Amino acid sequence: MTLRPLFQRPLFQRSLLAIALGAGLIGPASAAERELLNSSYDIARELFAAINPDFVAHWQETQGETVAVSQSHGGSSAQARAILQGLRADVVTYNQVTDVQALADGGLVDEAWQEALPNAASPYYSTTAFLVRKDNPKGIESWDDLVRDDVSMVFPNPKTSGNGRYTYLAAWGFADQHFDGDEEQIHDFMRTFLRNVAVFDTGGRGATTSFIERGRGDVLISFESEVNNIRSEYGSDDYEVIVPPVSILAEFPVAVVGPNAERNGTTDLAQAYVEYLYGEEAQRTLAGFNYRVHHEAVVEEFADQFPETELLRVEEVFGGWEEAMEAHFANGGLLDQLQRR
Amino acid sequence: MQRIGDAPGVRRTLILAAVALAALFLLLPLVAIFAQAFAQGMGVFWSNVSDRYTVAAIGLTLFITVLTIPVCLVFGVALAWLVTRFAFPGRRLLQTLIDIPFAVSPVVAGLVYLLLYGRNGWLGGWLDGHDIQLMFAWPGILLVTIFVTCPFVARELIPLMQAQGSREEEAAVTLGAPGWTIFRRVTLPNIRWALLYGVILTNARAVGEFGAVSVVSGAIRGQTNTLPLHLEQLYQDYNTVGAFASASLLALIALLTLAAKATLEWRAARQEAHP
Amino acid sequence: MSTRALPFAIGRTPKRVLPGFGLSLGISLTFVSLVLLLPMTGLFGQLAGLSLAEYWAIISDGRVVASYTVTIGAAAVAALVNAAFGLLLAWVLVRYEFPGKRLLDALMDLPFALPTAVAGITLATLYASNGWMGRLLEPLGLEVAYTWVGIALAMAFTSIPFVVRTVQPVLEDLPAEVDEAALTLGASDATAFRRVILPHLWPALVTGTGLAFVRSLGEFGAIIFIAGNMPYETEITALMIFVRLQEYDYAGASAIASVVLFVSLALLLAINVWQGRFIKRLHGGRG
Repeated sequence: MTLRPLFQRPLFQRSLLAIALGAGLIGPASAAERELLNSSYDIARELFAAINPDFVAHWQETQGETVAVSQSHGGSSAQARAILQGLRADVVTYNQVTDVQALADGGLVDEAWQEALPNAASPYYSTTAFLVRKDNPKGIESWDDLVRDDVSMVFPNPKTSGNGRYTYLAAWGFADQHFDGDEEQIHDFMRTFLRNVAVFDTGGRGATTSFIERGRGDVLISFESEVNNIRSEYGSDDYEVIVPPVSILAEFPVAVVGPNAERNGTTDLAQAYVEYLYGEEAQRTLAGFNYRVHHEAVVEEFADQFPETELLRVEEVFGGWEEAMEAHFANGGLLDQLQRR
Repeated sequence: MQRIGDAPGVRRTLILAAVALAALFLLLPLVAIFAQAFAQGMGVFWSNVSDRYTVAAIGLTLFITVLTIPVCLVFGVALAWLVTRFAFPGRRLLQTLIDIPFAVSPVVAGLVYLLLYGRNGWLGGWLDGHDIQLMFAWPGILLVTIFVTCPFVARELIPLMQAQGSREEEAAVTLGAPGWTIFRRVTLPNIRWALLYGVILTNARAVGEFGAVSVVSGAIRGQTNTLPLHLEQLYQDYNTVGAFASASLLALIALLTLAAKATLEWRAARQEAHP
Repeated sequence: MSTRALPFAIGRTPKRVLPGFGLSLGISLTFVSLVLLLPMTGLFGQLAGLSLAEYWAIISDGRVVASYTVTIGAAAVAALVNAAFGLLLAWVLVRYEFPGKRLLDALMDLPFALPTAVAGITLATLYASNGWMGRLLEPLGLEVAYTWVGIALAMAFTSIPFVVRTVQPVLEDLPAEVDEAALTLGASDATAFRRVILPHLWPALVTGTGLAFVRSLGEFGAIIFIAGNMPYETEITALMIFVRLQEYDYAGASAIASVVLFVSLALLLAINVWQGRFIKRLHGGRG
């Protein structure tokens, strides 16, 4: 590989220019085209790669303006931290209420953000489900099967992953219901549950690799949308999806990052983008990616895909996200205590 | 002349053991990278490499590297000149300070830059007020890359320049040569191989830095995603072939680096033999 | 990096006859303060916000202490394995001629040239139970991926060059007479090596092993993919820093990072000082 020809190539020169422009050193990208930056969670890349072109076309049609949408993906908490420290994203689409709340606490998202949009600003939702190996050899149907001696499972570390936190909360919610709130029994259940974890990867992807490619554990626990995607990715014949009769409601909150959008001159665009996610077109795409949606026509269309299940709300079981984070996941909290040796 | 370990049996066993271990430990991972990258054939590999975002990531990575090297070069030469040619209080301390990047975990290196230049940092707040963005844009990536790579050139030069001493330069001074001429005509020819070696190491690290860059990049696809970050993202997206395709590009750069280094050493050795 | 000559050791105090003192001092100090020291103030700024008791509580937390044990233990094993492996490779590369020698020599630097994230995903793929290596090792009862062994393996991989590249030049400079003297006295190969060669290599070997150890303490990218990250068992200290960051706990992250930083800097300093002493002794105290 010689460098000179590469440097002469217009593509390379253009990409260098694009980097400089994108970096904001030369100013907003020549003002010809407005650009929206969506800060999102890991593994949503393909989802938004499908939604964004539709939105761009929709905006072109209704407003006659050509716009572009860029994506930034990462762990939801790391993404929120980046915005707090100055990443100029216009909208956020996360898988954790707490991460949007962190932005609201930092003054970057309106305090009443959950009232600003329908369904507590969550255009779609999901729940926690199981992926088991072919024919479900261990007969896993619900959470109490997971504390058996002969079962081992894989899910991401609740300390580093929002996905892992949902799994922990779902198991707790089940135990809370099962033991009628008896604290000692719940703690015993959770201790066994945590001891049955074979690998604690830092994120959802690592957990999937451990389960599928490394053959660890009898069950992988993740978002229902995610386990369905994994199943279709790695072969529908080799794995089965089990949605437990009781599980937790996983919300995917969205919000406009007000000060950033104002600065970038994209307030109207950002608002339209988050609203667009509630529209029929986007909702159909979301359902196609195995997320549960609210739009009635779409819900009916995809009804077979989503088994009925009782979804517990974090607010009801734990009194709210802030309380749950404080009591369970903070340093020295219940999760740490239950794992202590 | 008789030497230890020259008996044919010993010799063969040791060579075999070394080669076997190196093959298992070093060569096998290298082969695995390319095997994974081409697992689904040339076409899939190529479509991954020529992907718009991959090309942008390659561009950014090269751009950052090209900017990093001169900075590290100037600093490395200045520091080496300073600590090997002059005596002054704090010389040892200065030499230990440049080891900081080796002692700091890369993630922490990224964090300290973020704490300083981020919106909530004490410098970052001022910059933000003036609409200057360093973090989550290429200048931030450049800064942390310089941080993690700056010791290499200096570390290569210092032992060499110390060993060579300053007699030749002092002679040149007595002859009345100006400073730059001395450096260019006397010092540079003596240190050029070490200098190039330092550049190669700097280059390798600048291309591959992950931990520190991931903290300050913001990971905007097509804009602030470097090749190692892009690789990790593809891996997160279950695109194993794509991830290993990017990995194979990085491995290729690593191999070129090794080849360049081997060539340099060979030429340096030849020059030593026939000055 | 190579330590072809050992730093901080040689040369009398240079006189200030050469030009460029002001310029090089200016560049160096500006750079060191702006690039190295200024950002470190951010770290200490975070630490200043903690009381001593809080600081102690963070760094002596049971899970964090367990991570020190795992990290130090695995790093020690990796460093020792590398000491043996590195010595063997350096010996073979210096003493013998064989086809492919230059290739082997070039391959030694691979771990430095290969980005750690690439090393991480590759090692995890190779040593998983269905990987090329894992498939061979698992039936033998040796589990590598997700265990303590995997952590040590990743550490060993990323730090191989340290030992090889510090021992190699010393071995090259060893005159042939040393061998001959030992052998004419009738010693066997093994005895001669132990009694005559090893004492000469000792400082370089310790330095290389020490550098490998320090490097292993801070490594994150390569390890995280292959460690099981189970609390108290396979969590490394760098992960604990990462976890604190995820919790927006900058002070906690900085506190744990400071422990690693101080230990690493102390070790680096000790290596430098020890090396200086040793060289002085070799040169009959003239240094």
